[in-house]
Amino acid sequence: MSDTLKGRRSGSPPVLPGYRREEPGTHPPLDYPDYRSTARRFPRRPLVPLPHRLTEVTGPLLGEGRVGEGDHDLTAQHPGEPLGERIVVTGRVLDGDGRPVAGTLVEVWQANAAGRYRHDRDRHPAPLDPNFSGAGRCVTDAQGRWRFVTVKPGAYPWGNHDNAWRPAHIHFSVFGRAFAQRLITQMYFPGDPLFAFDPILSSVPEQARARLVSRLDLDTTVPQWALGYRWDIVLRGREATPLEDEEDDR
Amino acid sequence: MTLPETPSQTIGPFFAVGLPWPDGPDVVPEGTPGAVRIAGRVLDGAGEPVPDALVETWQADPTGRFAHPDDPRGPSDSGFRGFGRCPTDAEGRWAIRTRKPGPVPAPDGATEAPHLDVSVFARGLLGRLVTRIYFPDEPQANAADPLLGSIPDPQARARLIATPDGDALRFDIHLQGDQETPFLAI
Repeated sequence: MSDTLKGRRSGSPPVLPGYRREEPGTHPPLDYPDYRSTARRFPRRPLVPLPHRLTEVTGPLLGEGRVGEGDHDLTAQHPGEPLGERIVVTGRVLDGDGRPVAGTLVEVWQANAAGRYRHDRDRHPAPLDPNFSGAGRCVTDAQGRWRFVTVKPGAYPWGNHDNAWRPAHIHFSVFGRAFAQRLITQMYFPGDPLFAFDPILSSVPEQARARLVSRLDLDTTVPQWALGYRWDIVLRGREATPLEDEEDDR
Repeated sequence: MTLPETPSQTIGPFFAVGLPWPDGPDVVPEGTPGAVRIAGRVLDGAGEPVPDALVETWQADPTGRFAHPDDPRGPSDSGFRGFGRCPTDAEGRWAIRTRKPGPVPAPDGATEAPHLDVSVFARGLLGRLVTRIYFPDEPQANAADPLLGSIPDPQARARLIATPDGDALRFDIHLQGDQETPFLAI
């Protein structure tokens, strides 16, 4: 019997290979006491392994219908321009094999230049900006590229510990093309002196932290108008195919 | 070429600035024949409601097919979105309106019982939590389901099965504690 037939038993449809499992040393632990809000929210029981079957190798493909013409420009959503340092932030969504993830929805949200979110529960006594909502959306192009125009968010205080301040960051939500690839994370700006004091960034294993920091990019910078930052988002790649695994078993 | 994966970070307390969609909880539009409401609460280890969580769901259509080109039978053409998104309210409540999915064929010839994959994000969660919702009117399919069968503790297994609640189904998500929801490593 050929490997192909072995891999596709009669009656069961062929299924694409699953996605790679988490590489140790990539993601923060769920139990991380320095970030106090984890204490009553992290599961204490061991996670149950979920093999990647059809529900996990598929996922919502939400693109064009979700994004309006100017949704990528957070500086153009109101009659006036927001205060602060105008910036361009761009990059690609790639999978772990370096392939672009095209047509995937990228959603962002952030504080304004003064470090204040347009949210009822943000108590930071910094001004709201009537010309800034702080939310954007776009869909990646065929090369996996996305681009936002915004203002650089301010640092802000929070209640985690005495004199706690978050470094400037933009929140990112990315779907990829499979449920297994879904990612929500935060992008930081290079050289921020608050990095060393931030338990949320520090929760990431040390060797992986730099992956969350954008870089200043003069090619993205628009002369006389806005500094540019680049940051690529890498979702997990696919496993080797089951056929290769079977050959290994001989 | 292998690229290192981007690490996860918490969704934080202020995601309502950008993530909720007006039609997020509507996997199917209001008035869809056969629609079912699935609702519950997200609770922390002290039993307190989690008012700043985001619950997302992904599932097959009523025939067990996915609106996705990687479904080897070809993508579902039913127009079924398959995706739901609902932030919790001040009491930790979330809800979606959907159709019950069909059973899903597994690669080894087994069949997965009708289920929804669920992602939970919240302030205080540094990464996504993943779980599943199964249906209470499928005792035989649930008994043969490979994922449910991999959970030896019957009480834990039962926590992945929604409970009837009038015309709706109820599924509470306990992040921690005696009632802790089984979470899945994806």
